[in-house]
Amino acid sequence: MALHFELVTPARLVRSDDVYMVVVPGSEGEFGVLEGHAPFMSTIKDGPLKVYRTEGAAPEEIQVQGGFAEVSANGLTVLAEHVEG
Amino acid sequence: MASLKELKGRINSVKSTQKITKAKQMVSAAKLRKAQANAEAARPYAARLAQVMGSLAGKVTVSENSPKLLAGTGKDQVHLLVVANSDKGLCGAFNSNIVKAARLKAKELEAAGKTVLFYLIGRKGRPVIRRVYPKAIAAMFDTTDVREPGYAEAERVAAELVAMYDEGKFDVAHLFYSKFRSALLQEPTSQQIIPVPAPKIEVASDAVVEYEPDEEEILAALLPRFLKTQLFGALLENQASEQGASMTAMDNATRNAGDLINKLTIQYNRSRQAAITTELIEIIAGAEAL
Repeated sequence: MALHFELVTPARLVRSDDVYMVVVPGSEGEFGVLEGHAPFMSTIKDGPLKVYRTEGAAPEEIQVQGGFAEVSANGLTVLAEHVEG
Repeated sequence: MASLKELKGRINSVKSTQKITKAKQMVSAAKLRKAQANAEAARPYAARLAQVMGSLAGKVTVSENSPKLLAGTGKDQVHLLVVANSDKGLCGAFNSNIVKAARLKAKELEAAGKTVLFYLIGRKGRPVIRRVYPKAIAAMFDTTDVREPGYAEAERVAAELVAMYDEGKFDVAHLFYSKFRSALLQEPTSQQIIPVPAPKIEVASDAVVEYEPDEEEILAALLPRFLKTQLFGALLENQASEQGASMTAMDNATRNAGDLINKLTIQYNRSRQAAITTELIEIIAGAEAL
């Protein structure tokens, strides 16, 4: 059981991984996405994206700017204009 | 007939020209590979964004309250032609093809009684358009100080365009650039960018998607981003096209120079031989006379 997570910027595909959970800084509050999340679409405010590779692991933080998240049956796709780290 | 010395000089000058064109051809070939890789890397983002836009646009009805970038200003009078060119020459008809497409469109619009303005990206399109439409250039965007126009430039262009649009300086914007088909074939393309045409991708979404905030707000946030992506895509295509065109043009030039050198060398050898023969005849004639 894993969540397929993709992070895409205009210049390239930054990340395409299977992870346990991603916490996304949505514009109306943070939300965590696990596998099997309902279809969902949200804008993102500038902030850290927390990627948990496995359950209980220390999160890896990726700074995103000007982003947009989409959860579909295929997993989570984050479109961001700028990415750091 | 040119003297031997003159011929030798010409051969040398063609040789050095050939060196330049050959070098430029190799540089372009290397750069083309990079530009193609860049264009490829940018595809997932553009595709995803278009998909999202498509699914959103299907859900939101265009009304007076919709964002102006989608609904338009309600007028169709002033057209802005955004022409993306390169900064450097030595790439065959690449720039003139784009400018030609833009001028055709401008003529067509003017015949229909519209006002035409130009927004020029890159250095090479300026002289021609300035000569034909001296008063219609709204702004010029300089890319000479960056090595290769990237997303930052696309962002700045988009910001300027949106600002001009909000001030009501134009109603419709078209983008002109060259689409990269192959190293041999580049296609000048025009495309409407403002108001944003709704992508035609129909997304079959049976799942109920939740939106946060609501559809309209997401759409409003996405529109400028979509514009940036389109500009960015155009810049990348343009770069790949420029290198492709340059490669082809320089290949032709190198070959032409080679032919010219061969011809000149033959001519040089013939005249040298003729000179030797004349000299010999003179000597023999002189000896016989004694």
